[in-house]
Amino acid sequence: MTITGIAAIGAGLAAIGAGVGIGKIGGSAMEAMARQPEMHGKIQSSALILAAFVEAVALFGVVVAFLQG
Amino acid sequence: MTLSTFKNLLFSILFVSASVAGYASEDKETTDDKEFNAKEMILHHVKDAHEFHIIDVNEKPISIPLPIILWTDNGLTTFMSSAFHHDDSGHHVVEKNGMKFVKLHEKIYQLNGDANEVVFDEEHHPTNASMPIDLSITRNVFMMWVSVAVLLLIFLTTAKRYRKSDDKLPTGIAGFVEPLVVFVRDEIARPMIGEHKYKKYMPYLLTIFFFIWINNIFGLIPIINGANVSGNIAFTCTLAVFTFIITTFSGNKNYWKHIFWMPGVPVPMKIFLMPIEIIGMFVKPISLMIRLFANITAGHVIILALMSLIFVFKSVAIAPVSVAFSLFITVIEIIVTAIQAYIFTILSALYFGMATEEEHH
Repeated sequence: MTITGIAAIGAGLAAIGAGVGIGKIGGSAMEAMARQPEMHGKIQSSALILAAFVEAVALFGVVVAFLQG
Repeated sequence: MTLSTFKNLLFSILFVSASVAGYASEDKETTDDKEFNAKEMILHHVKDAHEFHIIDVNEKPISIPLPIILWTDNGLTTFMSSAFHHDDSGHHVVEKNGMKFVKLHEKIYQLNGDANEVVFDEEHHPTNASMPIDLSITRNVFMMWVSVAVLLLIFLTTAKRYRKSDDKLPTGIAGFVEPLVVFVRDEIARPMIGEHKYKKYMPYLLTIFFFIWINNIFGLIPIINGANVSGNIAFTCTLAVFTFIITTFSGNKNYWKHIFWMPGVPVPMKIFLMPIEIIGMFVKPISLMIRLFANITAGHVIILALMSLIFVFKSVAIAPVSVAFSLFITVIEIIVTAIQAYIFTILSALYFGMATEEEHH
């Protein structure tokens, strides 16, 4: 297998990790918003920030894959 | 659905489909070569360039040349990028001030001595040429100036309206800008930095919010070849360095104590935490830089990759699928432009808030 193929697999693994992470954040945020609709705005903004943190880790993987691929 | 919402929706759809059509027409040019190389085409679109390539007509590229400014051993050398005649493989030699230049993969090389053509080694790196300091006005620099001009136009008009009228109701373009400014103040600066100190950071936060947003939007317009300003790592690096400098210089005693001697934990833990906190100080701006760069670049790459599927499979049947998918991704990208500007701004505000937080126990 070439290094490009391995890089592509790495990018895919990074995407799986980010998917699980953002899925958990999104699920919990929806649940919290359903329980406390009056906190909607605050929950939404902190969920977005957390999603950005999770996503950043995945994007590190994508950037490394870019550099290798 | 009211008439105006319907009109807005229709306009958005038209706008987006026009964009996709633009991408498609650009892609066609590359297929005239024997073998269509998706990776090459995508990288060509994502990277910075010395000219505005618009379209190919009968295999002749039509582009707007941009000035090339080089700092060489003999001082400043300037010429237009049209002197290279669209050559990007290093074969067309331009002579200026007794020096010879070639363009290779959008980088300008100066030939050493009296060499007349560039010689490559096995890895296709030139062996008899060096790189002068390139201060050219490239596609990205030009687009950045355009977005600065647009921002100045919007905000100077807004400021004039506020200066003229005494009543508090915003009119015209101010009616569009004021909610956004209030959003940055009430949703980003106030909760993250705190009621007493947020005012000092408002100008910076507003500047990066609107600057990143408008550059993200300009990146999605295909007729200007999707100048990928906010997907350029040098651009995001500069913004992240600004945030890092402001955070470091506004750090109070409490902030530095938390980095070097974490209060409230045993001494071995303090020693263990110190290097982690110091690394964390630098990782924060680095993650800001990579997040914006990778998000915007990945968006461009996905749209272009979906479009190049048509040419990879060499079939019209695949076109509806890839057009539909890239339409979908383009709509998502329009949301991402705003979200990434928001994330960059809110994280900067969060770091400023951490730096200025007072002791509370």
